[in-house]
Amino acid sequence: MTDLSHIHAAAAPRTRLAGRLKLALGVFAIMAVVPPVAQALDEPFVVVIATRMMIFAIAALSLDLILGYGALVSFGHAAYLGFGAYAVAILSRAGMDDLLIQILAAMAASAVFALVTGAISLRTRGVYFIMITLAFGQMAFFFFVSFSTLGGDDGVALAARSTIAGMPLLQDAQGMFYATLILLIAVFAGLYRLTLSRFGRVLTGTRESALRMEAIGFRPFPYQLTAYVIAGCLCSVAGVLLANQAIYVSPAYMSWHRAGELIVMLVLGGVGSLTGAMIGGLVTIALEEGLARYSEHWRLGFGMILILVALFSPGGLSGLLRRLGLVRDGK
Amino acid sequence: MFDLFLLQLLNGAQFGILLFLVAAGLTLVFGIMDFINLAHGVLYMIGGYVMAMVMGTTGNFWLSLVAVLPLTLAVGLVLEVLIFRRLYDRSHLDQVLATFGLVLVLSELSRIIWGSAPLSVAMPEALSGSVPLIGPLSYPVYRLAVIGMGLGIALLLWFVIARTRVGMLLRAGAANRAMVSALGTDINRLFMLVFAAGAMLAGFAGAIVSPILSVDPGMGDSILILTFVVIVIGGVGSVKGAFCAALLVGVVDTLGRMFGPILLQSLLDPAAAAQAGRTLAPMLVYVLMAAVLFWRPTGLFGRSVAR
Repeated sequence: MTDLSHIHAAAAPRTRLAGRLKLALGVFAIMAVVPPVAQALDEPFVVVIATRMMIFAIAALSLDLILGYGALVSFGHAAYLGFGAYAVAILSRAGMDDLLIQILAAMAASAVFALVTGAISLRTRGVYFIMITLAFGQMAFFFFVSFSTLGGDDGVALAARSTIAGMPLLQDAQGMFYATLILLIAVFAGLYRLTLSRFGRVLTGTRESALRMEAIGFRPFPYQLTAYVIAGCLCSVAGVLLANQAIYVSPAYMSWHRAGELIVMLVLGGVGSLTGAMIGGLVTIALEEGLARYSEHWRLGFGMILILVALFSPGGLSGLLRRLGLVRDGK
Repeated sequence: MFDLFLLQLLNGAQFGILLFLVAAGLTLVFGIMDFINLAHGVLYMIGGYVMAMVMGTTGNFWLSLVAVLPLTLAVGLVLEVLIFRRLYDRSHLDQVLATFGLVLVLSELSRIIWGSAPLSVAMPEALSGSVPLIGPLSYPVYRLAVIGMGLGIALLLWFVIARTRVGMLLRAGAANRAMVSALGTDINRLFMLVFAAGAMLAGFAGAIVSPILSVDPGMGDSILILTFVVIVIGGVGSVKGAFCAALLVGVVDTLGRMFGPILLQSLLDPAAAAQAGRTLAPMLVYVLMAAVLFWRPTGLFGRSVAR
């Protein structure tokens, strides 16, 4: 039984990947024309919302690497949003406004934090892993809450958005939008390649059975820890963008609510396919912002949608698309 | 200094007892059904609101407290039948998605029904004073009563779990669900019972705390995470573990907030100590959890490693 299923699984990827890749390319194409369409319809605020949607899509994508491919459910992933955001706040105060430097600094800080906390967290399994990552996330959260020189609980407004090679390209909404889109595509492409590589295969193997991977000679720990560090670094990029988009940084970015929301985005979109994570991030923010325009009680509608998807659509929204026949050869 | 310590110790115990009431149901639901219920904190909130509502119409504290029990039990049953029952066989992630949605729906509904402003509940006349402890110290009777009620319920739970047939099935279910089902027990009915009882305990906790804290739509959120901390430190599925961990977390959190800055002042200058104290105090519980999981990856009383 197992032998046959393995042969099947080995043959399947080529066709199955095509469907989700096409869908992702379609999403990028649609996003690329959002600013001109929004301008034509005289709805400039749509560009701002779409930027936020893509920022959280990056965060959800980074979480998908460990949660979807490694079965490591991190409840502390929002901490890296905070590291990214505070890297912008701290560096811009020190006079370093360059986006690239800020991203590198955010990644370095996240890598160190992820390396230490990941090594400790990976001692545990299952729900204990969820909770120990929450613990580290909360520690980071309270650290920045008490960081009074940077506004503490209230957060701090930035003087201006970051520059790219000395040019204020992010100043207008369109520049911010396209910078975010480029980074979204880069993160997606990078993760897509990574999950198809040998490293990604081993990681997926540990998701299915850590014991079997060990039996064929792969110690899961270094692979899982590496994935944990990469996911943290990529999420901090979303944090850098979030700080720039809002021109404001606050510890609320890294609260456990946010961490839970990231998981919800991912599960809503569908785990372990990257495209699902991206769609989940986009749709969640679109729903929140869209419903909030109609009613102050938008959480009621949003919550109901989550419950309905959980009850009636296993595999989230990408599972739904697959069953409707809109995307072929899903996970 | 010792007086202050004693007072804070009692406050910590009272907070811990409260955490235990909420955690007991959650750890059973988690341990036996392997079900992650993020909506458990909302049941605590509903208990508080039902209390405030019945109190508002009848004005009788004890009557309201008694009314909370069947009402939260009913809420628990309805949720079980409508939603949770369909999710037992699904992955943890689907359960997280659905119960996260449920948290949003129920807190928003309570905001619509009762408004966002905090409601307060009057203390019963008989328990509103303070009793003298040793020396010049006195302590509010109501808080002692909360500790007493909590200990009573803990004892009752221990009796049910350790000495009755239902308790035996619960323990067996926590150890091996499939085997209990194969031996002819209607596991679904057992689940429903556990779930409803857990909802009732959480609702009761929300009701008895309402005169001390106020009732607001965020109260469920703030206790939920600490409850998860408690059951994970105690070991998922262990009521005894939840009890010990709840007291530990309650005392550590309360004493840490009080004495953390004071202790640090002997090491650092006052300004730095105040800054560090503010950072460290709320972190302390999470440091505790991380440390416990570092040395005992399945909690203090945890059994085999969860998948």
